[in-house]
Amino acid sequence: MGVRSMDEKLQLAVNAARDRFAASVQEFRGEVTLITPAESIVELMRTLRDEFGFDQLVDVTAVDYFPRQTPRFHVVYHVRVLAKSLVLCVRVPLDGNAPRLSTVEGVYPGANWYEREVYDMFGITFTGHSDMRRIIMPQDWQGHPLRKDYPLGYEEVQYTFNFDQISVRKPHPKE
Amino acid sequence: MTEIREVSVDELRHLVSERALEGDTMLLNMGPQHPSTHGVLRLLLELDGEIVVSCVPDIGFLHTGVEKNMEAKTYQKAEVMTDRLDYLNPLGNNLTYCLAVEKLCEIDVPPRAQAIRVILAELTRLNSHLLWLGTSGLDLAAMSIFLYCMREREKILDIFEMVSGQRMMTTYIRPGGLWRDVPVEFEDAVSQFIDAFPRELDKYHALLDTNELFIERTRGISIITRDECVAYGITGPILRASGMAYDLRKALPYSGYEQYDFNIPTRTEGDIYARYAVRMDEMAESLKIIRQALNKLPFGPVRSNKRKFVPPPRSEIGTSMEALIHHFKLWTEGFSAPPGSVYVATESPRGELGVFLESDGGPKPYRVHFRTPTFANLQIMPILTRGHFVADVVAAIGSIDIVLGDADR
Repeated sequence: MGVRSMDEKLQLAVNAARDRFAASVQEFRGEVTLITPAESIVELMRTLRDEFGFDQLVDVTAVDYFPRQTPRFHVVYHVRVLAKSLVLCVRVPLDGNAPRLSTVEGVYPGANWYEREVYDMFGITFTGHSDMRRIIMPQDWQGHPLRKDYPLGYEEVQYTFNFDQISVRKPHPKE
Repeated sequence: MTEIREVSVDELRHLVSERALEGDTMLLNMGPQHPSTHGVLRLLLELDGEIVVSCVPDIGFLHTGVEKNMEAKTYQKAEVMTDRLDYLNPLGNNLTYCLAVEKLCEIDVPPRAQAIRVILAELTRLNSHLLWLGTSGLDLAAMSIFLYCMREREKILDIFEMVSGQRMMTTYIRPGGLWRDVPVEFEDAVSQFIDAFPRELDKYHALLDTNELFIERTRGISIITRDECVAYGITGPILRASGMAYDLRKALPYSGYEQYDFNIPTRTEGDIYARYAVRMDEMAESLKIIRQALNKLPFGPVRSNKRKFVPPPRSEIGTSMEALIHHFKLWTEGFSAPPGSVYVATESPRGELGVFLESDGGPKPYRVHFRTPTFANLQIMPILTRGHFVADVVAAIGSIDIVLGDADR
């Protein structure tokens, strides 16, 4: 895909990511997205921060493409050069129902809560994370609400006395 | 799974010091119902006497599944959920979401709508800062400032009610423009408010700036450095109070902010007083922006003419067949956005509010994610409170300006 009219500094970072980390590049509405394999995410982030000045991790989130696409998940990072307000989006495709990915907490300490949220909502485990607990849902919650196979509403309310009966006819995956 | 599992201290072992396990220090729950937590925030404090050794924030009590719900609604209908996120910044949330939809579908916005958006976004900032000033003052036992702030805030809510019919959950800004044009009294009401407000602002300065008790509670407390702010992704007044002039209205201007002349207030101390001073100065800057926008408010339509995405005006429906068809299609099926994903960020009163919007080509968003400032900013609570008194925890929470609806979504 052609990358035109891109900022010079962004272009350098994108080229480096493409050459060194086998990342592919997409552009949509003027936003540049790198798609990179899961093994290289920590090194890529470190390179972006140290060599190209992406000093702020803006956001970490994920998208679930079940059942349309494999790999099922994309973890989406947004990083920014504060001085120039350049935003770069980095996507990591992950396959399987309980995928694992290395944490970028060591590069950006602020990733701590974002990754906990992704774990909570999508069930993607970040290895090496200092505090891999649920953050928004209760600690004993079952399932990961933002997955596409997790039902949206219209559910019977489960109390302790009827939890099991309702659980049997619930549509979500039970492995 | 029939028994309810209780969370034990063992699971939090890695977050508290060794001394807590030996019983040397005390673990104390603050919240979720503590009045200073402004909503439902729970802090697990580890205390050595009255000194905080570590602090573990626990959020999620106000989780309403907004992101999941939005996936099941068309683009127009999903917007209603955005008001409920950060209930002190409803128009700012509408604006951010609409900017994302507009970027995704390449919808243009007429200049009049852009200027009205800016006026309303700045009024929302004043509204939010006033509530923050009142409540965080109240936390530090400054009672009278709370009453003055609430009185002025009421006038802003009256303006919101005048334009949208609602005081808080406005949904007034729509993809492609506004719901409808502002009423004729709008300009007078806003200019009356901005004429009177500087005197009120002076009053707040007089009440707090030289107040010995307030200064003692805020100077040199909960300091965070600029580098820590950048590392933890902190934005908004906290970042600016630590010496970095970063404001998305200047850095990545949206909705025509580049036309207005305003400054980014900064401080270098990084303590609670600096955050207070930055927010107070921001209110004065907001007034400047509103005045400029009001003075050159252009005439013209307030909605884009792109009929495949934006509903036609009511007056056309009676006379035009096409308008009727568009109206019907847009409010039943909705519009289909081109496949792709965009990220749009605006400066909310608390920092960077970002919307990540992904479309699969259908009439409903495939994934909406809100990068909310409170969620990011709350993360530094352990740094802000370490080594301070329990009473300072209250001041630190106030200085972050948390809205739990924003953090929990």
